[in-house]
Amino acid sequence: MNVLLLLLILMVLAGLWSILTSLLLRATIALALTSVLLTVVMFQMNAPLAAVFELSVCAGLISVVFISVISLTHRQPLKEYLARRQKRILRFWPLPVLLLVVGVGLSFVHRPVHIMLPHPTAFGDIRIMMWQLRRLDLFGQILVLLAGVYGVLILFRGNKNGN
Amino acid sequence: MNYLLIFVPFIALVLVNLLPKKLRPISSFLVLLLILAAQSIFAALAPFGLIRAVGAVRMEHLFGFHLLIDNLSLLLLLSAGIVGFSALMVAWHSIKDEDDRFNFTNLLFILLIGMNGISMLRDLFSLYVFIEAIAVSTFIMILLYKAREAYEGALKYLILSVVASVMMLSSIALFIMFCGGTSFEVIKLSLVSSGALARIAIALFICGLFIKGGLVPFHGWLADAYTSAPAPVSVVLAGVVTKASGIFTLIRLLTAVIGFSPATKDLLLIIGAISIVIGALAALGQKDIKRMLAYSSISQMGYILVALGCGTRLGLIAAAFHFLNHAIFKSQLFANAAAVEEQTGSRDLGSLGGLAQKMPVTGITSAIASLSTAGIPPLSGFWSKLLIIIALWVSGNYFYAVIAVLASLLTLAYFLTLQREAFFGQVSVKVSSVTEASAGMLIPAVLLSAMTVGLGLVFPFVIKYFVR
Amino acid sequence: MGIEMSQMFWTFFIFFALLLVEGFYCIIVTYNFLRVLIGLELLMKAVTLFIIVAGYLSGNLALAQSIAITVIVIEVVVVVVAAGIIIGFFREYDSLNIKNARSMKG
Repeated sequence: MNVLLLLLILMVLAGLWSILTSLLLRATIALALTSVLLTVVMFQMNAPLAAVFELSVCAGLISVVFISVISLTHRQPLKEYLARRQKRILRFWPLPVLLLVVGVGLSFVHRPVHIMLPHPTAFGDIRIMMWQLRRLDLFGQILVLLAGVYGVLILFRGNKNGN
Repeated sequence: MNYLLIFVPFIALVLVNLLPKKLRPISSFLVLLLILAAQSIFAALAPFGLIRAVGAVRMEHLFGFHLLIDNLSLLLLLSAGIVGFSALMVAWHSIKDEDDRFNFTNLLFILLIGMNGISMLRDLFSLYVFIEAIAVSTFIMILLYKAREAYEGALKYLILSVVASVMMLSSIALFIMFCGGTSFEVIKLSLVSSGALARIAIALFICGLFIKGGLVPFHGWLADAYTSAPAPVSVVLAGVVTKASGIFTLIRLLTAVIGFSPATKDLLLIIGAISIVIGALAALGQKDIKRMLAYSSISQMGYILVALGCGTRLGLIAAAFHFLNHAIFKSQLFANAAAVEEQTGSRDLGSLGGLAQKMPVTGITSAIASLSTAGIPPLSGFWSKLLIIIALWVSGNYFYAVIAVLASLLTLAYFLTLQREAFFGQVSVKVSSVTEASAGMLIPAVLLSAMTVGLGLVFPFVIKYFVR
Repeated sequence: MGIEMSQMFWTFFIFFALLLVEGFYCIIVTYNFLRVLIGLELLMKAVTLFIIVAGYLSGNLALAQSIAITVIVIEVVVVVVAAGIIIGFFREYDSLNIKNARSMKG
């Protein structure tokens, strides 16, 4: 539990960093770090398969997507960047305070919840779960992926009109 | 039969994409048209018992999941078939580029599979997955032409849609924790025993559905998305897609899982009434035809919600009938708007005028649909509005009944504005050389307005179909 | 649910809430579409965490894992599509600023 607590605190801090940092590239790295920490949390909770997915897809693929978008779109002069950095502090200082207030506040209002938890399902194995009980989700996933493929075909294709 | 409804379009989609490049656009168009027509006919005839026998074949063992068709599913299947058919007809004439047209049909395939799935599912998480498939293809469809102003609509929709997903997924996580599963039966069973947390989870899910359906506190994205989308896309979006992922799922949850508690009823009535009034008022002030129709669509969804809020059987019937009516007349109005834009190159009410002389068919059909939306007898919209108002009155919600009546006057007002500015009056300079739209654009309009008139005239027979 | 279990749930819930606060703050305050996307990603991270926690606490890890995997796949598709839209937006407006997009309010 203590390890989990530490990891979760680190995760929130990494998320905070990804918002506060003024460089987009650093924000992406921080996001990937959040993802990696989530992966470790999942390993700690005995969910290795989801953890592997999170690591390879979220920490890996999404970072690549982010970095390529940044490299395609970002061209900001240094001067402007420095000027904006000052303004950013004004907009973002409430966030850490807010986080602290929410965290401390919530830890005080805790009331024990008395609810009967359901019995764990008989199908404890993830493979059976995925391939036999949740096939419809897999079908849905294929659908979403197909939509994504068309999205890439349409959105990333250059403009036909030549501009 | 249930399984065919999602597997036939899927296999067709895959096969069409394997064809040689030259054949693809025409073949995908024809195949999808055939599938949509077949689906509409199936859904329209199924309640009369003609196709019951086919549905009895059980194939659960083969696929490992359940898909059940009930009357509510048939409602969505029918609306999806009709609206998809008209959108495809519009697309064939208004999308000039062959690649764009092919991409449109492919995405329409995915939307169709998604909607058919939603209509038959009995599992909260699978529902979410299918809703997300619809949402993703919608983002892309809005940007089919990559028009400059479409980016804002698509991005707004994307951001709000992810927020909605976060709400729905949190609710699903709570259900996993406290119910041990996500299928409707499991949730329904444990709703009885568990208290506040289950209610919070339900509230979160419904909130997410409200965002996806564009109801009033969360309607910001809807007008931009509808207005900036290409013409056939706004036909299918406004006609059925946002309703499938918002209102329809809500009806399904209410009838199959949650039931009508007093708190739910109040929530539905209040949100519905606000949607009706704000949608109608906002539509009154618009100058862009499509934007006006988009706000009108928010207002009509409010009617459906209010009808649901009665919590009675009559209310449910009224909601279902209005759902079908709305799919018919709203997609027709958008198809008319597409025809007007195609012929005049403008959607601005200020610069149009006297189009009824130049485009008689479009003018007449659009008048029929407008009057049906405003609830003028004997068109089908009149009956569903009448049912809604009766349901509200009978269940004792007099205040909401009065709002519904007054707002339908507002509806009449903005549609009269639309008709006067666009179709009647002096022929403006801009439209003096305009001709009638091509046959492909007119077929869906004529078909849909025939349905509006026909449904209105044979209403006593149709109502039996909904009562069951 | 025992007291200890309930406490564990609350602890996890606090972290979930903190991540949500971060994400929503980021979406509301920033003007850059990429940063909005980062905020959305943080929200999705929070939800993935919550799903796994739900499975962990209730002993339904198999279900929670299979759901989390589906969510991750969907998340990636949404992010890729969003990236495509953002790149297109940049090509049109030559900037990622949200304020530029506020041209057609109605």
